Amino acid sequence: MSAPTPTGGSEAEPMIRLEGLQKRFPGQAEPAVDDLSLDVPEGEIAVLVGPSGCGKTTTLKLINRLIEPTAGRIVIAGEDVTHADPDSLRRRIGYVIQQVGLFPHMTIAENIATVPQMLGWKGIDARVDELLELVGMEPATYRGRYPRELSGGQSQRVGVARALAADPPVLLMDEPFGAIDPITRERLQDEFLRLQGEVRKTIVFVTHDIDEAIKMGDRIALLRIGGRLAQYDRPQRLLIDPADAFVAEFIGGGARVKGLRLVTVDDVELTEWPTARPGDEAARVLALLRESDRGHALLLDPEGRPRSWLSREELGRNGRPLEGLGETVGTTVEVDDTLHQALDALLASGAGAAAVVDPSGRYRGVVDLATLAAAVAAMAVNGHRPAGAEAEAANSERDPAAGS
Amino acid sequence: MSFLEYLDSRSDIVVQLTVEHAEVVALSILIATVIGVALGVATYERDRASRLTLAICAIFLTIPSLALFALLIPQLGIGYLPTVVGLVLYALLPIVRNTITGLRQVDAAVVESARGMGMGRWRRLRRIELPLAWPVILTGIRVSTLITLGIAAIAAVINGPGLGELIFSGLSRIGAVNDVNEILTGVLGVMVLALLFDLAFFVLRRVTTSPGVRA
Repeated sequence: MSAPTPTGGSEAEPMIRLEGLQKRFPGQAEPAVDDLSLDVPEGEIAVLVGPSGCGKTTTLKLINRLIEPTAGRIVIAGEDVTHADPDSLRRRIGYVIQQVGLFPHMTIAENIATVPQMLGWKGIDARVDELLELVGMEPATYRGRYPRELSGGQSQRVGVARALAADPPVLLMDEPFGAIDPITRERLQDEFLRLQGEVRKTIVFVTHDIDEAIKMGDRIALLRIGGRLAQYDRPQRLLIDPADAFVAEFIGGGARVKGLRLVTVDDVELTEWPTARPGDEAARVLALLRESDRGHALLLDPEGRPRSWLSREELGRNGRPLEGLGETVGTTVEVDDTLHQALDALLASGAGAAAVVDPSGRYRGVVDLATLAAAVAAMAVNGHRPAGAEAEAANSERDPAAGS
Repeated sequence: MSFLEYLDSRSDIVVQLTVEHAEVVALSILIATVIGVALGVATYERDRASRLTLAICAIFLTIPSLALFALLIPQLGIGYLPTVVGLVLYALLPIVRNTITGLRQVDAAVVESARGMGMGRWRRLRRIELPLAWPVILTGIRVSTLITLGIAAIAAVINGPGLGELIFSGLSRIGAVNDVNEILTGVLGVMVLALLFDLAFFVLRRVTTSPGVRA
């Protein structure tokens, strides 16, 4: 496969460039990693994913030369490090593994201080406190503790803090959340993405879990057995446009539904929807509804918060005040929720629409099936999170069935 | 003369021999620790080398102590030096074995993360692996000390220092005045030293292991 250079992001020199990387272990006929080339732009998370035996962990360890490549080149920040001194190379690359590997005989502070100490930094104590705060742990409480006093999630947080201690431009993470219970894992993933928003490291992240890959990755490199790159793309493209049957099978069913996790409500144009206020007359609302081609109107309370969905039948029965009518709006979504969450709210609503509210709970618009379809179509076109304009264009070709 | 009267009348020499005994054991253990830990460090990563080393150390332990000291006479003569050499040879096996075991027991993930952070071979050994293996190594040193305390008494046959002198002197004069008192003094002296060394190891362990790994 020729060196793939996905478009998008900065077109400047990539932070990490792997060129024709190959690893053959002695006594094995087939290489573990074969002719692997990929670029990771600065500040992005590239996820290596694939079935066991696909060489994803080997690839990761080739980057910091814990495993020496048989052939190929590793370039970091423009510098060929294929033959550089491995120890000084590793001090510039953060490394986080699934079992964390905190040093049990050292305090949390000593663990975090390890690399800055080797580099001869001054002011390490302040740096340790800063890092503990960065990963959401109270420095005064945790500084002097030992690793065995921490829970799995806390250990992994310290592991991340330790890897970031000397402010390396590159971070390698080998299934960092793999040994953690699902609820904590979800939280750590979210925390880590928020952290990454602050520190903007260039990260190579290994997982066997395609859902984690889609959630964490700016780009996903899917490897097949024998360490060959099957596809390297933005998650959206991988989902919508798999390169071959292997990729499609690895992603599994529901690729487009998975893709909805990648888009937030903020990214799409909200749909206009007929609304009513408590004092309005039923007949007038009904007329509005007929005109709009929708099945339900949304009743707002005096503060402008979504209250209930009013169907045509109920409005037609006349006479009663609007407040008593309709199906109460259960779940609403906020602008930073994903379209996947919006889909869930939509399916729960019975009106075929999810009401979107601002942080104070006031109505902003709705997400309906047409919005979702447009977002998926936009992914297929450009592999990016759809910008407003694209979503609008797609919205104008609205499926008439969506509103009924 | 009762045992206590005997002890009272000979207290000067008994104290002197006990101190000598403790000194020669401490010196031998110190040397054996340096050599034993070095051998362990040099071989623990290679299976064949470590097995060979352990086999050789085990051979020393199987030679009867009386014979070993006798065998050293042609090269080293008699007295302090062959005593120390003999004791070091006896002390090696538990120290080497526990060094290898201890270093191998260090969690692979801990070693991998140390490597991944850019710790070189020696720094990793000094900062991570040896401190984590230390409680196991210390147990080996303690076992060696107890073995050596007993064997050091035998060194009296080659005119070595320590409490063995009382034991052998008593044995050679069986039937004479104070024969049993003399032997008993030697034996009890070794036992008291064993207790004191054990206490010292307890304190040493507390002082030299991190609270993070203390059981």
